[in-house]
Amino acid sequence: MTDAAAPARPTAAAELTRAIRAFPTLLRIGVAEVVAYRAEFLVWILTTNMPMVMLALWHAVAADGPVGRFDQTQFTAYYLGVLVVRLATSNWMAWQMSMEIRDGTLSAKLLRPIHPLYSYAADHLAAIPMRVLVVSPIVAALIATSWGRLVRHDPKLLLILLASLLGAWLLVYFSMVLLGSIAFFVDSAMGPFELWIGVHAIFSGYLIPLEVLPVWVRGAANVLPFRFMLAFPVEALVGLLSPAQALRLLGAQWLYVAVTGWLALRAWRAGIRRYAAFGG
Amino acid sequence: MRMATLAAMQYRVDFIVRGLIAFLWSALTLIPLLVVFGVRQRVAGWTFPEALVVVAWFTLLRAVLEGAVSPSLTAVVEHVRKGTLDFVLLKPADAQFLVSTAKFEPWRFIDVLAALIIFGYAFGMMRHPPPLAHVATGLVFLALAVLILYSIWILVVSAAFWVVKVDNLSYLFGSLFDVGRWPIDVLRGVWRGSLMLVFTFVFPVALMTTYPALALLGRLDAKTALLALGGGILFAVIARRVWRRALGMYTSASS
Repeated sequence: MTDAAAPARPTAAAELTRAIRAFPTLLRIGVAEVVAYRAEFLVWILTTNMPMVMLALWHAVAADGPVGRFDQTQFTAYYLGVLVVRLATSNWMAWQMSMEIRDGTLSAKLLRPIHPLYSYAADHLAAIPMRVLVVSPIVAALIATSWGRLVRHDPKLLLILLASLLGAWLLVYFSMVLLGSIAFFVDSAMGPFELWIGVHAIFSGYLIPLEVLPVWVRGAANVLPFRFMLAFPVEALVGLLSPAQALRLLGAQWLYVAVTGWLALRAWRAGIRRYAAFGG
Repeated sequence: MRMATLAAMQYRVDFIVRGLIAFLWSALTLIPLLVVFGVRQRVAGWTFPEALVVVAWFTLLRAVLEGAVSPSLTAVVEHVRKGTLDFVLLKPADAQFLVSTAKFEPWRFIDVLAALIIFGYAFGMMRHPPPLAHVATGLVFLALAVLILYSIWILVVSAAFWVVKVDNLSYLFGSLFDVGRWPIDVLRGVWRGSLMLVFTFVFPVALMTTYPALALLGRLDAKTALLALGGGILFAVIARRVWRRALGMYTSASS
């Protein structure tokens, strides 16, 4: 008798249970890291200043009259909303994954009993306390400047808003996994990453409210998934959607979440197989 | 520089892809401008072709930043982190010059090309090309803009001697530089113009894109031009002194 029997592969349910039990610890570690690197996180968050520049611009444009539905107050509400949602849902996993694939540290992560995707999620969820801290003054500014426009009367819309925020977070997360998986197959994934940033900036409503975009761009923007990562939650937040519209869009968003999630997992698995095969 | 071009050419596919993406990126950056001027004729006193001139300068400078300045200065940070800066410092040429020309990304020429196209289009729209005097002033301001850009970068890198990990600062710098895409006058209404002052004197993006555009358009009076030039040179001198100080601290510490 030379070899002991290899341990049976854990079932998906067992893995999930294990992950859930480890989550509090992972979160605690994540919070500690965020506190330790707080200066870096602050700089990182300050880097998200584009919405403010765009607000200044549109404020100047709307000085002599609204642009469609958007007057100065609406622009203010919109861009502050963009800042809030963006800071709450932004995710840089693709870059993290790409680095870890390239310098091989992913191997160490694979040896851990927790699936790397869960630990990535934990990393990002752990940054939430810091994000809440940073987002609070912006939310305060939002309330101070645009209380009238915000969605508060309709409990249905509020629920849809919460669901849309969760959906946006998941959509961004899965998109990052998908994007990061490119690094399994290509030497330098920086090209696709940069393309992603550019396309996302336009089609997610980050730079310009989707309504204000010219017709030839709006069509594409309405169907691409980017809209559901940012524009949809923001529009729900600042009262630009009726409950019926919001519900329909919520359905579309979660459809995208499901599809992207499925694609992401497949891409990850295919990538890991390749990574392991090439002596990662 | 030739070495760097050859190395880049070797990765031909990568080269083409990157070039294509650079071109797409330039196109994407124009969309906000197109949208804004689709709904208004004038924004903060600037017309569409005039704003295009600002964007052209911005594209040109970004090509310089990301093609020449960034890569080599990022290499410095790596040297500091790995402790190999001493090998660079042993070479007889001036340290600041060496670290700045170490790496060079040739496919950023696409951005330069895009900038020239935008210039051409803008002046085509205005029906008259800029007179030679304006072009000359514009070139002087281009040199100033590159100098200021470079000085800011040197300041960020000097921070590497103290802080070691400056990647985040470089991203912050990039995002603040993005403000230069627009004529600085759009910030005039914000906080009673104080933000506009910040971006003219503290982080002089205005000097890098708006002022060269004004020069090219002939809207810059002599006094403002000379003040801007003086300010920019002062900035560069300060940056150089900070660099020398940082370098001094580094070399004396390792003996």
